[in-house]
Amino acid sequence: MIEAIWQYEFLRNAFIAGILIGFVAPLLGVFIVVRRLSLIADALSHVTLAGIAANLLLGKNFAYFANWNPLYAGMGFSVVGALFVEKLRSIYKYYQELAIPIILSGGIGLSVIFISLADGFNTDLFSYLFGSVSAVSRQDVWAVLAIACVVIGIVVLLYKELFLLSFDEEYAVISGIRAKLIHFIFIVLVALVIAASMRIVGVLLISSLMTLPVAASIRIAKGFKQAIGYSILFGELSVIVGLLLSYQLDLAPGGTIVMLAVLILLIVIIWKKWKRG
Amino acid sequence: METEYVLKMEHVSFRYEKENVLEDINLAVPKGAFVGIVGPNGSGKSTLFKCVLGLLKPQQGKIYLFGTPIEAFKDWHRVGYVSQKANSFNTGFPATVYEVVASGLAAKRGMFRFFTKKDRQAVSEAIEAVGMSAFAQRNIGELSGGQQQRVFIARAIVSKPELLILDEPTVGVDIHHVQSFYTMLDELNRRLGMTLILVTHDIGTITEKVTHVACLNKHLYFHGKAEEFEKLGEQTLSQFYGHPLQVLSHQH
Repeated sequence: MIEAIWQYEFLRNAFIAGILIGFVAPLLGVFIVVRRLSLIADALSHVTLAGIAANLLLGKNFAYFANWNPLYAGMGFSVVGALFVEKLRSIYKYYQELAIPIILSGGIGLSVIFISLADGFNTDLFSYLFGSVSAVSRQDVWAVLAIACVVIGIVVLLYKELFLLSFDEEYAVISGIRAKLIHFIFIVLVALVIAASMRIVGVLLISSLMTLPVAASIRIAKGFKQAIGYSILFGELSVIVGLLLSYQLDLAPGGTIVMLAVLILLIVIIWKKWKRG
Repeated sequence: METEYVLKMEHVSFRYEKENVLEDINLAVPKGAFVGIVGPNGSGKSTLFKCVLGLLKPQQGKIYLFGTPIEAFKDWHRVGYVSQKANSFNTGFPATVYEVVASGLAAKRGMFRFFTKKDRQAVSEAIEAVGMSAFAQRNIGELSGGQQQRVFIARAIVSKPELLILDEPTVGVDIHHVQSFYTMLDELNRRLGMTLILVTHDIGTITEKVTHVACLNKHLYFHGKAEEFEKLGEQTLSQFYGHPLQVLSHQH
């Protein structure tokens, strides 16, 4: 197996991209979960799907678009979707969670229209929905690497602001933190990571890579930094073992990765219960 | 020398839609004072604070912080704030006492900057000042309501504010800890010279510690030295609250 990774470029690409995503998805996930926005990733991933479907449709009709990497269209849609989420959250101040079903159904609706116009399902689309080990190109790896660097850099630089906003938004505003700007930057980062992750985990399962490792982590973590550390550890464990298994057993990597994340979560919950006696 | 006022409110009125919440509030808080504001529920206490903290803009009147009109005030790190947090925060949040207190320095340090060694020392000192050093690495959710409230005070004082505003800080704190809590505030006031404004409905405790008392019920009724307030007696207070009221006697 290990030799195969060295031998085949597509496997190497999948692993590099997977390891990067296994790091940044749970990293952002911690902030998402503690702010009780777990479903936002779901909403944005469906908008990303609409972007991919739009790209497939354009590629079918215009030769010019056929060679475009759908990653970029997905990213574009996802970022625009993120802006809508923030806008809706400020319009419906008292029903902030409403933004999520609105964006989610909008994304699905658009995707279905684009897909049917492009004459329905093909294997390419299937790989975007559920992830694929063989679909990651070298270009994808570079894009994922660039996104990972931007995300990690910004989270490090804005760590104390992001922490305060997550823990106590009112206090953050009172103490003079530029809350709106930081929200905006954060949600754009989430959109970018979702677009970057879809090749490996797939659109339908990416939100679980942002939330499941965090759900396990906050059961046992002392403090926020530790919560981030455990989340990334669990995320990487799911991705690496998931990719190995999916290659070995010829399964869709998205499903394997997510089921491993579920398994880790179960183990942590049981271990915690058992420890308490 | 002219008295320096940390907070000044002149003819401040605020209304939500049609309902007047604050009417013609005048208040001047001199540096180093410990002001207690008492008022029944719905008397506009929270609205008053939100105006002072710049979260709400009153329709009429002027507010000055450290002599600067509030619209132009930028030095928010000079103002600390403690809300009724023990009731409302997410107790499952994975953050240690140390991390929570350090977050009080975020705005002062500024965007894209990291905490310095001096900052870390200030955090340890603030935790020490509220007597929570032994719990610094504990998760905030594991603590009792009174301990959590101490942590929030530490967060508010870590940036060394000159004015500290406390909104019913003893709500949800068990009765045994209330006394030591007020003793701690007293120390901040006397030893560090911090100006304190405290809103509470616990009139018994308040007159013992504070230097000035004010009563709020849309209008601000009384604003004077604590000793004079005690002389007013029960009758005036009942009138103010609109129902008979027991003033708890102090147990020395």
